[in-house]
Amino acid sequence: MPPTNSDESRDLAFQEAIDADRTVEPRDWMPERYRSTMVRQIAQHAHSEIIGMQPEGNWITRAPSLRRKAILLAKVQDEAGHGLYLYAAAETLGVGRGELTELLITGRQKYSSIFNYPTLTWADVGAIGWLVDGAAITNQLALTKTSYGPYARAMVRICREESFHQRQGFELLAELSRGTRAQHEMAQDAVNRWWWPALMMFGPPDSESPNTAQSMAWKIKRVSNDDLRQRFVDMTVPQSRALGLDLPDSQLRWNEARGHYDFGPIDWEEFRQVVGGHGACNAQRIAVRRAADEGGAWVREAARAWEVRQQSRTSAA
Amino acid sequence: MTAGVAGLSVVDLREVALGLGDDCLVLSHRLAEWTTHAPELEEEMALANLALDLLGQARSLLTLAGEADGRDEDQLAYWRDDRDFRNLLLLEQPNGDFAVTMTRQVLFSTFQELLYRGMAAGTEPRLAAIAAKGVMEARYHVEHARLWVQRLGRGTEESHRRMGQALDLLWPYTQELFKPTESWSRAADQGAVPPLSSIEEPWRHSIESLMVDSGLEIPGFPAWQSGGRLGRHSEHLGHLLAEMQHLHRSHPNASW
Repeated sequence: MPPTNSDESRDLAFQEAIDADRTVEPRDWMPERYRSTMVRQIAQHAHSEIIGMQPEGNWITRAPSLRRKAILLAKVQDEAGHGLYLYAAAETLGVGRGELTELLITGRQKYSSIFNYPTLTWADVGAIGWLVDGAAITNQLALTKTSYGPYARAMVRICREESFHQRQGFELLAELSRGTRAQHEMAQDAVNRWWWPALMMFGPPDSESPNTAQSMAWKIKRVSNDDLRQRFVDMTVPQSRALGLDLPDSQLRWNEARGHYDFGPIDWEEFRQVVGGHGACNAQRIAVRRAADEGGAWVREAARAWEVRQQSRTSAA
Repeated sequence: MTAGVAGLSVVDLREVALGLGDDCLVLSHRLAEWTTHAPELEEEMALANLALDLLGQARSLLTLAGEADGRDEDQLAYWRDDRDFRNLLLLEQPNGDFAVTMTRQVLFSTFQELLYRGMAAGTEPRLAAIAAKGVMEARYHVEHARLWVQRLGRGTEESHRRMGQALDLLWPYTQELFKPTESWSRAADQGAVPPLSSIEEPWRHSIESLMVDSGLEIPGFPAWQSGGRLGRHSEHLGHLLAEMQHLHRSHPNASW
């Protein structure tokens, strides 16, 4: 159907509202592409929280002290909470959690590729907290000002908890770094493996990021991939020194003229491979999520049947 | 033998705290194994809550148990072998399906709530303080598990069948809950903990009425398995501990 005048004027009014920094709320009219972009982004974020429970959950039963076990268990639980909260935000756009889960386990929607890397040692729990949560916060702080109201508000709450997680990760690594030689080596090895994947979390360079222009105009995205990546590097380098751990990049140095750290080239081929489904854990992460969903079907079904029976009993009374 | 507070010997206090602490630690571990495998996200959160509550209780109880000979919670959790663990056999049983997990939970949490109620009013102030906090948590665990037992018992044909199997599987471990060790009997004589015989009847009443409400039948066969409180465990505990303790023991002088 060709666009009519009224379609055009609605589009214009929508853009004007965005330009005036008004948030978009669930009942507002919005262009179909805005809605679908928002659904995709919120769903992808929700999926990342849920899949992200796996690499860290891998260490709960083996945590080396009861205090650390409690911290890790609570953290992974927070992630389930974030996932629930984000699925609820997606529901305001008319898409249910079940439908989105189905898209995830059939590989039609993605989650953050970082979770396709394995957690090989206890120090990986710290590296995820420090680097992966650190990168996520950098991203999400920018999203607290995103144009879709429910998503922006979810980000405010999630960022608060993520900052807490990041400090815990930093503290875990600090303890290892100044611990025994084996612990220090464990920490350095984890940082070596997680540093570059963390930088990839901001997505492809701006020059190759097809969605950026429209997303910026709609203020879904407020800061570009490369700018966010630079913020993260600038924030993290001094922290690595405080930890007494090296970042695995010989080209990393302060650039006085730019007022930023320069860093070496990112291996975008690795990024493409992992996003494309060929990372170490892609198949495993989806298989676990699918097994939980399918294995729990009889429980959810029983709960629904019981609910229906309770309701009919109440209405009969 | 040194007398502790309220005439309770240090050894008896340690044995009592160790048994209850190991119950919490082992069940917390089992519940934590559900992480990322729960039937729905709300349950993911709830199971983690249960695991966290029990882990908190375990830490308080093990800290108390270790006081006499200067061992901290981690030394007790990570440096004892299965023959030195004092938990109930029921709690080390594998998770099985969600029906098994919720059945185990209701059997234990009902017991734990009654036990903590008595202990909170007991004569040993530190045990009483731990129990006073724990009883609120146990109450919530009971409610959560009871609701699931009803839903599953009266849900679908399949959930009903699975609940029946779960009950048959776990019932043999229930009599052990009420078998006191010598330390427990002496602690009960001192008024520090309730006599287990005093909570058996309310426990049985609570479980029987739940099963009636849920359309389930308590097995007719005897529940004769025991030994956990004396360090005679099932084969499952060794594997659980191997996983839990491996990293800590690999770095004997490290702190985390």
